[in-house]
Amino acid sequence: MGLDELLALLKTDTAIEIIAAVIKILVVLVVCLQVPPVMVWIERRAPAMMQRRKGPNRVGIFQWRLYGLIQSLADTVKLVFKQEVVPRGANKVAYHLAPIFGVFTALLIACAIPFGNDLVIFGQKIGLSVVRLDVGFLFILAISSLAVYTVTLAGWSSNSKYALLGSLRASAQMISYEIPLGMSLVPIVVIFGTLDLNQIVVSQGAYPWAWGVVRAPVSFLLFLICMFAETNRAPFDLAEGESELVAGFHTEYNSAKFAAFFLGEYVSMFVLSCLASTIFFGGWQAPFIPYDTLVKLVGGYNWIAAIIGFTVLILKASFFMWVYVWVRWTLPRFRYDQLMGLGWKFMLPVGLVNLLVTALVMAALEFH
Amino acid sequence: MNPYLPVLIVLVLGVGLGCILSALAHFIGPRPLTKVNTDPFECGVPATGERDKMSVKFYLTGILFILFDIETVFLYLWASAFKQLGWFGISEIIVFLVILFAGYIYVVKRGALEWD
Repeated sequence: MGLDELLALLKTDTAIEIIAAVIKILVVLVVCLQVPPVMVWIERRAPAMMQRRKGPNRVGIFQWRLYGLIQSLADTVKLVFKQEVVPRGANKVAYHLAPIFGVFTALLIACAIPFGNDLVIFGQKIGLSVVRLDVGFLFILAISSLAVYTVTLAGWSSNSKYALLGSLRASAQMISYEIPLGMSLVPIVVIFGTLDLNQIVVSQGAYPWAWGVVRAPVSFLLFLICMFAETNRAPFDLAEGESELVAGFHTEYNSAKFAAFFLGEYVSMFVLSCLASTIFFGGWQAPFIPYDTLVKLVGGYNWIAAIIGFTVLILKASFFMWVYVWVRWTLPRFRYDQLMGLGWKFMLPVGLVNLLVTALVMAALEFH
Repeated sequence: MNPYLPVLIVLVLGVGLGCILSALAHFIGPRPLTKVNTDPFECGVPATGERDKMSVKFYLTGILFILFDIETVFLYLWASAFKQLGWFGISEIIVFLVILFAGYIYVVKRGALEWD
């Protein structure tokens, strides 16, 4: 077979589709797995800055310390070489399954997030997300519900009181906040008239006053609070209230399994940040530069525009990641009854009223 | 190509990553386990290990969650057909929400959401 035939084969629709799918999967996996080490580093350096101490600053490569950036790598190596202790009386299957659940659920949600506008390559349209669904919203809600299994399995299987208490609290909290999370996104569907995430980004446009956060501010606030509750982060980190529960649901986990929980937690934080930017802050749309203008600016190469869009999305998500750290070191932890009260007695009614008001306003604007 | 195939690949890769981490923990760390070592952590008190008792409040939360979560899914159906249904859809959804809200108020009045 000659070179020309090979090139012709590569230009067929199926080949392009397969190559594009492989590249998209690689991009999503590489980006998601880069997040935890960097976030762990930020989460130790940032509070150190706030509390006027140094934080980890020693680990580096040879004489370059790099502000301790390699610390996370060193920690991972240390964790892998620690002894794995499975507590006596633990349910073996569930015990080993829990960290695996923690890792893959977060990666699956990342599949549905669009990180660029549709590209046209050799006359074929390629949507820039691993899976392009017209029901992207439902996919995300369905997969994010799976995260509860991580906590439940881990806590129940460990045969330890602290782990069980932590997992009970955490699972009750996560399912309670899933209702306001779902309700906060219904007005978005009403406003943009679609369940397709890329379509929502396209209809938000490049100008901030048309973004989701301006059109549905209450939804955004509810979503933001739910983001913290769903990932068990401060001020809602009762699952691992150190002062009373040792370490919560992962008390009995150590070595690389503990690292797996860490990985899962940070990836799901990142994915929810991406989702918040996609739904409420215009996703891959660069502020004030409409996509068509952007393509013209870079000389008509739409793949450069796609890379810029991708960078913009990452920057927006990074802001939310910073908010996570910022809030953690600013607010004290909630009491459990306050937490459940906030979810059921405040956010649920507010979500319903928000939905009704949005629907009525939209109807008045559109139906005449 | 089936659009869900890439999701399946990511699922396999994610599960594989989790398995690799678990396997690393299993094979690289030091081996001998002692009796004290495998005790569940209980602050130094001899461990009993206990997982059969939990507060009934958590069951109640679970039941309420299922009810309200299904209502939320119903709302998505209406929301995605909002423009086609028009005022008819709005009146229907108001009836739906009023019934839902009546149930919610009943739950609050009965004290199902109180934690003590």
